[in-house]
Amino acid sequence: MASKVVLSGPDIERALKRIAHEIVESQRGRHDLVFLGIPTRGVILSNRLAELVNSIEPQTIERGVLDVTMYRDDLRTKSTRATTPTTIPASGIDGKTVVLVDDVLYSGRTIRAALDAITALGRPQAVRLAVLVDRGHRELPIRADFVGKNLPSAVDERVYVQLDETDGDEMVGIR
Amino acid sequence: MSILIKGATIMGHTTADILIDGNRIIEVGAVSATADTVIDATGLVALPGLVDLHTHLREPGGEGAETILTGSRAAAAGGFTAVHAMANTNPVADNANVVEYVHRRGIEAGYVEVRPVGSVTMGLDGQTLSDIGAMANSEARVTVFSDDGKCVGDSLLMRRALEYVATFGGVIAQHAQDPRLTENAQMNEGALSAELGLAGWPSVAEEAIIARDVLLAEYTGARLHICHLSTAGSVDVIRWAKKRGIAVTAEATPHHLLLTDELARDYNPLFKVNPPLRTEADVLAVREGVADGTIDIIATDHAPHGSASKDCTWADGAFGMVGLESALSIVQHTLVDTGLIGWDDVARIMSVNPARIGSVDGYENPLSVGSLANITLVDPAAQSEWATDNLVGRSTNTPFTGISLPGRVVHTIFRGTPTVRDGSVVELSQAGHAS
Amino acid sequence: MKHFISTHSIARVTAVQLLDTTADMADVRQRDVKKLPTLRGKTVANVFFEDSTRTRLSFEAAALALSADVSTFTAKGSSVSKGESLKDTVQTLESMGADFIVLRHFDSGAAATVATSGWVDAHVINAGDGTHEHPTQALLDAYTLRHRMFGLEARGRDLSGVRVVIVGDILHSRVARSNIWMLSALGAQVTIAAPRTLLPRDIALWPVTVVETLDAALDAGVDAVMTLRIQKERMNDAFFPGAAEYTRFWGMTAQRLSQVGSHTVVMHPGPMNRGLEIAGSVADSERSTVREQVTNGVAARMAVLYTLLGEGQE
Repeated sequence: MASKVVLSGPDIERALKRIAHEIVESQRGRHDLVFLGIPTRGVILSNRLAELVNSIEPQTIERGVLDVTMYRDDLRTKSTRATTPTTIPASGIDGKTVVLVDDVLYSGRTIRAALDAITALGRPQAVRLAVLVDRGHRELPIRADFVGKNLPSAVDERVYVQLDETDGDEMVGIR
Repeated sequence: MSILIKGATIMGHTTADILIDGNRIIEVGAVSATADTVIDATGLVALPGLVDLHTHLREPGGEGAETILTGSRAAAAGGFTAVHAMANTNPVADNANVVEYVHRRGIEAGYVEVRPVGSVTMGLDGQTLSDIGAMANSEARVTVFSDDGKCVGDSLLMRRALEYVATFGGVIAQHAQDPRLTENAQMNEGALSAELGLAGWPSVAEEAIIARDVLLAEYTGARLHICHLSTAGSVDVIRWAKKRGIAVTAEATPHHLLLTDELARDYNPLFKVNPPLRTEADVLAVREGVADGTIDIIATDHAPHGSASKDCTWADGAFGMVGLESALSIVQHTLVDTGLIGWDDVARIMSVNPARIGSVDGYENPLSVGSLANITLVDPAAQSEWATDNLVGRSTNTPFTGISLPGRVVHTIFRGTPTVRDGSVVELSQAGHAS
Repeated sequence: MKHFISTHSIARVTAVQLLDTTADMADVRQRDVKKLPTLRGKTVANVFFEDSTRTRLSFEAAALALSADVSTFTAKGSSVSKGESLKDTVQTLESMGADFIVLRHFDSGAAATVATSGWVDAHVINAGDGTHEHPTQALLDAYTLRHRMFGLEARGRDLSGVRVVIVGDILHSRVARSNIWMLSALGAQVTIAAPRTLLPRDIALWPVTVVETLDAALDAGVDAVMTLRIQKERMNDAFFPGAAEYTRFWGMTAQRLSQVGSHTVVMHPGPMNRGLEIAGSVADSERSTVREQVTNGVAARMAVLYTLLGEGQE
């Protein structure tokens, strides 16, 4: 199956800028954002988004990393996954608007696990989801609030995201 | 009934025929006469019937694991025509009643000559001498005395026992294991026992007792036999003792000719035995000891155990392995096929010598005219993977499963009666007895 | 890995992964909600043939923290005292739904036997078998040491170059064995100190340096002294003359604490004989990791339960 570039480096940058604007618009002046990135690439995107939002409307955006491995529903059927640390801001997430950030939204199970993990950490006022790519094929009633690109895909296709910090390149491809 | 064995290789040397009539061999050579049964023994080695100086038949008291009947059948399958039944039964064979019982049951079974061994001490208590004289004079005519399973640890008692048994012309077979040095011992003391956290059974616990006992034998002028010798150091002590002219004989088991303590690594109690499996160096020294005559005989220490005693943790596992059916194959594999000894030596170490030590009549002139017809025919060219199917006794605790072994006992003849024919045990039932 | 029986041949990368997972579990234990749903629906059977309240409670806490159901079997007054075999005990527990069997038994090799015999299909975790191994103890000990030494920089690190002295009854200690394998797998340098009567005879190939007395092992560069419990019964079996002589040559006294560096930690798997193998003041000093070891035990056991969950799927 041939590989196809769906988003180039500049495309990604534009998409993130647009999402940042959408986030600023939706917060309506409330400055209580906590960005939680889902490892690995979600964390990188989360940091970029935070910078972009801050540059559009200056504010303190607290950041964290949310490891959802322990909350997955497929642990007993796959081989052991390594865990990464979860870090949340010292002031917690109670009453805040948490923005979950991930690279690809697919079945929705990762986000379901993330919601479970968040419940154990506190009670946010609201949880929003920002993803770079939504490739469809949801298995649970989960939807993203902010989407970089809608990418219809076949189940046997693989969508992959490359970012400078992890892969030395910037692109979204499908094969 | 007459049997003609045609074309057998007599103890590995010349090819000849053997004619049996009744319970005796009446002709050896080129036999032209006919017989009721003719056995084509082309390619088979003829050995005198094998004699085991160390077997556990478990009856009376342990019939779940083996009986005198099932053990006799296992012995026949292994090419044996005589076995010595050790005394650690329940009740212990420390008096004339028990040994006569075992003697009678052996005759009823009819497959081999069952020679009861009497214990050295009452109930194996290590303190009081058993009814040695009564057992020696009983119908069982006991000449071998042993507390095997346990060591006669007390030096004074061992001295007295040697002297007393000598009075009746018998021999003490010592299970050499210093009790204080081996309390709760589980396996050979070495690098592996250190790693596995299993209490060690140090080689010195065997060697020190042998050293003491050969000196006691010298001092008292008595005969001594050492059971299941397992370490290089023990071989050295026996060699020294024999050079000194001490009347000591020694045995080694087939498993100590092949297996090492590495087999304990997975904590499988199938490999738990007393004395324990030792190191590679010990195995080689024991083979050398057999080859140069320091070790006089091979004895199986056939020790049947029910599956519950082996399907458990190592510590809960019973000590012992069955060995009657596999003995000859192991001896061929480790000693003959390696070029250390020939088939005539096999006859010596598995028949002539054990019979002499145990004072068993009829094995002095093996496979000769006029002697009792105790004959084993083995096919040395056979080769197969050992499996529990090869076992004929009641228990299946063999350590050799999966090992490719040579040799197959094709026929066993006990005092002129075939007990194994074409590799299968003959059903003797009522027509059993050989006289 | 399907079972966690021993640390004998553990690969360095596996050991580091276990330490990192322990760290993540420890983090969860600090939060308000100390539980994870990871083992929901699974049953962990704690099968304790030897009395051990602390280890049993630690495993119970770990299983509960992962939302597993826990059933506990202790030998006292049970069917075992009526002669039920180990085989029947574990098979009964598996028939009642046990997915994990945490086994503490007085026979060396018991956990390996249950894991390889074919009696059960469950994951087996060795909670201490005779004098053979106590692998979860080694994991929590290594984690405690790594955390003390490297703190927030610990993640992903092994113990290369870390110098550990283990002193005491090595011969009878499953904690010593598991720690020796685990620490050397992680690259630590291990020295053991014991009277010869308490050392196995054939350890020439063990990855350790052997010294006769504790003083010979201690210097300012030692990072940790791991003291082992002395069983008083050994004194009656001629392993050493008595308590005074033991403490004199192998006890971790306050005086010896001053012989090591100010960073050196003193460890003990518990329960302690204060004044025998470890001085009370040393046990209570801030260089002692005894209480952290207990806390970390729950996280370490959570890490093991989690790691085994995904395996055995082949």
